[in-house]
Amino acid sequence: MLMETADDTLALAAARGDRDAFAGLLARHYDRLYRLCWRLTGDRAEAEDLAQDICLALPAKLRHWRAEARFTTWLYRVAVNAAHDRRRRTGAASRAAIGWGDWEVNRQADLSEASAAQDWLRAAMAMLPEELRDTLALTVEEDMTQAEAAAVLGLSEGTIAWRMSEVKKRLRAIARQEAMP
Amino acid sequence: MTRDQKDSDLDRLQRGLLAATPPAPDGARDRAMAAALAAFDALPQADAQGSGAQMRSSQDRPVSGAGFLTGVRTMLSNLAFRPVLAATTSAAALGVGLFVLLPMIGTNPGPVMPPGLTVGETTPEGFQSENPQSDGPQIRAGTNPAPPVTPPTAETLMAPESAPPGRDIETVLPPSAADADMLAAPQMEAAPPPPAPAPPAPAARSRVQGDASPKAVMPGVAVVGSVTPAPTDLPARLVPEDRDSFANAAANPVRVTVEDPVSTFSVDVDTASYAVIRRSLMAGALPPADAVRIEEMVNYFPYDYPAPAEGEAPFHASVAVMETPWNADTRLVRIGLQGRLPAIADRPPLNLVLLVDTSGSMQGPDRLPLLKQSLRLLLPQLRPEDQVAMVAYAGSAGEVLPPTRAEERETILAALDRLEAGGSTAGAQGLDLAYRTARRMTGAGEVSRVLLATDGDFNVGASGPDALRDQIARERDSGIYLSVLGFGRGNLDDATMQALAQNGNGQAAYIDTLQEARKVLVDQLSGALFSIADDVKIQVEWNPAEVAEYRLIGYETRMLAREDFNNDRVDAGEIGAGHSVTALYEVTAPDSPALRLPPLRYQVAEPVAETSDELGFLRLRYKAPGETQSALIEAPILPGSGEPDPEARFAAAIAGFGQLLTGATYLGDWGWTQAIALALEGRGADEFGYRAEAISLMRLAQGLSAR
Repeated sequence: MLMETADDTLALAAARGDRDAFAGLLARHYDRLYRLCWRLTGDRAEAEDLAQDICLALPAKLRHWRAEARFTTWLYRVAVNAAHDRRRRTGAASRAAIGWGDWEVNRQADLSEASAAQDWLRAAMAMLPEELRDTLALTVEEDMTQAEAAAVLGLSEGTIAWRMSEVKKRLRAIARQEAMP
Repeated sequence: MTRDQKDSDLDRLQRGLLAATPPAPDGARDRAMAAALAAFDALPQADAQGSGAQMRSSQDRPVSGAGFLTGVRTMLSNLAFRPVLAATTSAAALGVGLFVLLPMIGTNPGPVMPPGLTVGETTPEGFQSENPQSDGPQIRAGTNPAPPVTPPTAETLMAPESAPPGRDIETVLPPSAADADMLAAPQMEAAPPPPAPAPPAPAARSRVQGDASPKAVMPGVAVVGSVTPAPTDLPARLVPEDRDSFANAAANPVRVTVEDPVSTFSVDVDTASYAVIRRSLMAGALPPADAVRIEEMVNYFPYDYPAPAEGEAPFHASVAVMETPWNADTRLVRIGLQGRLPAIADRPPLNLVLLVDTSGSMQGPDRLPLLKQSLRLLLPQLRPEDQVAMVAYAGSAGEVLPPTRAEERETILAALDRLEAGGSTAGAQGLDLAYRTARRMTGAGEVSRVLLATDGDFNVGASGPDALRDQIARERDSGIYLSVLGFGRGNLDDATMQALAQNGNGQAAYIDTLQEARKVLVDQLSGALFSIADDVKIQVEWNPAEVAEYRLIGYETRMLAREDFNNDRVDAGEIGAGHSVTALYEVTAPDSPALRLPPLRYQVAEPVAETSDELGFLRLRYKAPGETQSALIEAPILPGSGEPDPEARFAAAIAGFGQLLTGATYLGDWGWTQAIALALEGRGADEFGYRAEAISLMRLAQGLSAR
């Protein structure tokens, strides 16, 4: 039987001050955390900074870790909250409203065909309101269930489902716009 | 619009989003971890400020090199959004490129990125706002005096005229980076010859060179081969250092009985190695092989050996011979010593000087706070007439608590609470003071011991470690012993701890949890504080007629010369009240197919006369505490000595565990599964759950080594 120290065990040890456990936990989750941060921001540099901010805050936050939720659920909740804080703090509320990531810059640059898909993605993401975008960012990884996403966001599963249908509606609107000359 | 199409739009968005998600840039994790661990270490003070204080902008990255890396990273990420790159470049290749680029930038002040490279989306602000104090200004766009290079776009750079048309950008550059050299040629008459085969990953390197700093290539390319140590250098600084150092020696080799029939070593009752291994495995990493001392792992566990009878020597030796679990053609000889456990009421009064390291490094919650809790556990174990004093050492050493009778618990606890971490470590000074205090306390018939609690950041002072060792040895001879409790990990100086405790006739234990503190300071307190036999040496003489080869498992740091056995001036380990000590030999019979060492050509071995069926002869020397003359115990090792009891099985399983962690040279196909099965067989009553814990650790190690 192969065994790996469970996240929760490591988190508890880290909360008690075990440095190695904390390092192990971070090493295990950083990559996925970064990917989530990228989807929350759409920008590599922003994502790295956000991920680092979260990592920096974890030691203090872990002190309050009570293993009430799965460690990853808790971690992603911290991440989503940190993303909100960061948007608010950087005064980028206005920017966040128009853009997701640095797509504006890129759109001017590449008009080639290869970027069409990315352009559509950026346009679509930029069009979505923040909470829908965050929900999407959270749910696309394969092993993330709607139930878990709901737990992360502190919402009911029904709300997540509603949000996804809302995303569909908005995408339809984009499609209609595109269809127009 | 049909429902299907609606769903496919969402599906397309989800898949697109997932596909577009880039992997974390190279080094980002290390940077984040370095920052987070620094925050982790700083926490005890920062606690009051709450988590808000921890959330700071990453502009003030902790390490000087980071800003520079950020610049490169920003540049790369911007470039990566170019459609052509998005189509052909794997982000992994970019990551590799980053590493190879570093030495060139680092070693080449001056060369600047041509302005033409700020193509379109590569916004200069991107770099400038990100790292105003970059150490690599040369990679900032727009600051250079327009070198005579012509590459206005990345494409022309990467596909120079000589490149065969139609070749993919990724593969344009040959491994020797010949065209980078060519690029440099116009400006560099004295360009060094192309280097010998450059490192692999040509595509990645050429990409970065071509994109980012074509001119940096000039000596850079030639340098790539010779400066390669540098790239590891830079990121290495970003990774938190593990400054633990461990004492160990190469594993004991197989010896031929006719050449070297006598094996001599000192007992070892330390357990620190096991706790360090446990901590490492629980954190999800295999311990460094140097941290593994097999005898300390084996001796971590209490074994159910028969205790010495009244009027006998203070300890009893039980020998068992069993088939070696990992080799059917050899046998395992277990020598188990069980120390007498004197009735608690009979013990002499104890003078305990706690020497507490309060240097800044003791701040972590697994250090000073755990130490305080551990000492609180210890107090109720003391008797009213025992005396406790406390000396703290940080920048300077000071007496925190004058000798106080153990019954004045409130006074002692209050002194304990006043301990606070801060300052550097003046270990030698603290030790001096602790010994002076102990001498003051010692009365006739009393036992005095200094209990040093440290994370190992032990500054031995101007006199150096040898002088310190001498001092400890002198004090030991005057009857004041020293034990060491290790705390925390990160700069645990295991080697110093070992040296201190070995010379002080004491025990080195590593306390990682309160549970471990209980084991050392409560369950086995009398063993830790009261020695029943000092300078215990074990010597085995093997009978060449029965044993052709033998190997002592563990005890590498405890080996003694053969002549040291009878020399009472040579120090060795002590056995505490109730301690048990286990040693395992793997022995091979003369006709066994498992013999490892072929006979020599010129040294014709005398045929050994069959004198008896004894495998060997065991001699033990020890001194009663305070005595200077040693006593001798002798016993033959017989092939049928004792049936393989569960205790021997468990000890063998732990010895296998240790060998699996250190290379498993002698184990053949025997692996984790077998070790775990054997440990399960030998688990026995396991009153305190220590053995069950060991079995889970073996499972953890099995999982980790399967990766």
